[in-house]
Amino acid sequence: MTPEDLAARLRRSFDDVLLARGEVTLTVDRERLLDALRTLRDEDDFRCTFLSDLSCTDWPGRDPRVWMAYHLRSPERNLRVRVKAGLPEEDLRVASAVEVFPAAEWQEREVFDLFGVVFDGHPDLRRVLMPDDWEGHPLRKDHPLGGVPTQYKGATVPPPDQRGL
Amino acid sequence: MERVSDLERRAVEDEVKQGVLTTTLAKAVNWSRKQSLWPVTFGLACCAIEMMATGAGHHDLARWGMEIFRASPRQADLMIVAGRVSQKMAPVLRTIYDQMPEPKWVISMGVCASSGGMFNNYGVVQGVDTIVPVDIYVPGCPPRPEMLMYGILRLHEKISKRGTLT
Repeated sequence: MTPEDLAARLRRSFDDVLLARGEVTLTVDRERLLDALRTLRDEDDFRCTFLSDLSCTDWPGRDPRVWMAYHLRSPERNLRVRVKAGLPEEDLRVASAVEVFPAAEWQEREVFDLFGVVFDGHPDLRRVLMPDDWEGHPLRKDHPLGGVPTQYKGATVPPPDQRGL
Repeated sequence: MERVSDLERRAVEDEVKQGVLTTTLAKAVNWSRKQSLWPVTFGLACCAIEMMATGAGHHDLARWGMEIFRASPRQADLMIVAGRVSQKMAPVLRTIYDQMPEPKWVISMGVCASSGGMFNNYGVVQGVDTIVPVDIYVPGCPPRPEMLMYGILRLHEKISKRGTLT
């Protein structure tokens, strides 16, 4: 299926489908996000069984400000689809995609860590890159670019049997 | 009439003839400490490659009695922070420093460990001296083994001028 065919096929089920430079982008409301991901994964036309990336972008001054982006890949149908969902600044919550794609677990932890998006239904939503006692979400655009002071507060490394691994 | 200093000098010379030298205990102990530093293995980035080169045969840290980098901080008294320290590494670094027995020294090797260097961002500690006390800063990106050895020799100087046991 070419990207044009894919966009045409997607427009039968979804309203906002964009085809630009051979890439298909599907924009959905955050309430319909999991339905869209499930459709793309399960329907025979798509079979996008591989979540190749899950990321986030921050656009201060826009509404919605924060956009989630899910990059799906179908090894069987040789397709790539991008699914986007906007989150308003005052309520950065979205349903966790872990139940659809288990690979989303650590990616969502990373987005939570660096952007502060809360994923409802995530099994273990902790920071993954920054220290646990870090304050702030460093990939937001209003976070300072450099000269960030050390936020070391005397944390030590617990022995392996107490780390909850 | 002989001056007191001459008398002292002659007294020392007499003792040298007998094969005896007097000094303070602190001086002797610190001399032995500086002659046998035990670095802890703490390579964090590309500086570690230069640190390993310094310890290897070509540059031969064994000349100053410190060719073995200990894998256990309990057996080490010198930490060479070789490379940029990420914020997440900070508690690990502090834990290893705390586990080293006293007396202990820290060399901040390279510009990243000293000031964050080119990694002026949220992920990297802007100077390891915000976490542990640093004795010697070695600049460079990364410093050549000669520079690290110069830093080590300056540390030797610092240790031998310590004047106290603790």
